[in-house]
Amino acid sequence: MMDVQLAERQAELEVLRYNPEIAGEPKFERYSVPCKTEWCVLDALNYLKDNVDPTLTYRWSCHMQVCGSCGMMINGEPKLACKAMLRDYPGVIRIEPLAHFPVERDLVAVADDFIAKLKRVKPYLIPSDKRSLEEGEYRQTPAQLKRYRQFAMCINCMLCYAACPEYGLHPKFIGPAAISLAHRYNRDSRDGGRDERQEELATNEGVWECTFVGACSEVCPKHVDPAAALQQVKVASTVDWYLEHFMSWVKK
Amino acid sequence: MSRNPYVREVSPTTWFFRMPRYMRYMAREVTSIFIGIFTVIMLVGLARLSEGQVEYENFLAALRSPVSLVFLLLALAFALYNSFTWFNVAPKAMPIQVGEELMPDMVVAGSHYVLWVILSVFVLFWAGVF
Ligand code: SF4
Ligand code: FES
Repeated sequence: MMDVQLAERQAELEVLRYNPEIAGEPKFERYSVPCKTEWCVLDALNYLKDNVDPTLTYRWSCHMQVCGSCGMMINGEPKLACKAMLRDYPGVIRIEPLAHFPVERDLVAVADDFIAKLKRVKPYLIPSDKRSLEEGEYRQTPAQLKRYRQFAMCINCMLCYAACPEYGLHPKFIGPAAISLAHRYNRDSRDGGRDERQEELATNEGVWECTFVGACSEVCPKHVDPAAALQQVKVASTVDWYLEHFMSWVKK
Repeated sequence: MSRNPYVREVSPTTWFFRMPRYMRYMAREVTSIFIGIFTVIMLVGLARLSEGQVEYENFLAALRSPVSLVFLLLALAFALYNSFTWFNVAPKAMPIQVGEELMPDMVVAGSHYVLWVILSVFVLFWAGVF
């Protein structure tokens, strides 16, 4: 195979450092890192950790945009560090933990709140008619798959929470990804759990906290379009309300 | 090892300066204030109408003042901007799936525009413009 020589570049990184064992505010630390121009920001961080400062803490796993663990603020934007290519950042690169979440250490955000919210919205199949193993699998047509597939692409990276100003201002908001995932199961032909999920979704902490800023959809690396999911939940919840109030009035 | 998470506060008054997309959002929100004021003016008009012809004529004359005309034009422009941006996202909020395909955005948004024009013509007709 031909040996491809990649161009080198000295990348200037400003990384927010926070050590929970030493009281005080997080501080930016400046590093000059010898990089290949085709690296992503995660490569630069890995170089830093391997060669300069082994205490630097951040999450990553797959290096291919599927595990969702390397989310961080890069020049103020929520990004996957393994998807953010150095060539797109000519100047100094400022790296911070995901906005709106507490900082655990360095670039690691505390994800507890998101995990708790995910549990609340029951993002799993609640079968409408339970089948025994002998009865075989649940069948689905391509059209039925299409109804929810886009929302099933979420990798739980939390970039949408870091982008959502509503979540920043009102941390009780269940938020874009959790509601999109609930919506994904609501739209699944095999599922019968919508009523249970509506208890969480059709509330002030749920979908009605959303004011349709749309930032979530702009930053989502998987084109889930959480903003669309939330508006769809709003429309459906409004229809529910009218049916409940208007229909009972008609029956009287 | 004990945990000691650091919380970064979000300013409730200046948060939208942090990103251009937040500024765009806020700008759109501000345009709706004009539409709100316009609605109040219409209500005032109704009140004047109930007070008799002279009061109502005075109200109409006030509407034709230069300041009022500038305001009304601005309010109209902002109302149109809000309507267009709103209809254009309709396909996201109300996707219609036929078989394995989604209806093109053009069709979903387009039907909103068509309905809008029909209703507007009806209102104008009803108000005696034609
Ligand atoms: S909706 Fe998109 S941005 Fe939000 S967690 Fe899922 S993949 Fe990440
Ligand atoms: S390392 Fe897995 S998404 Fe970036």
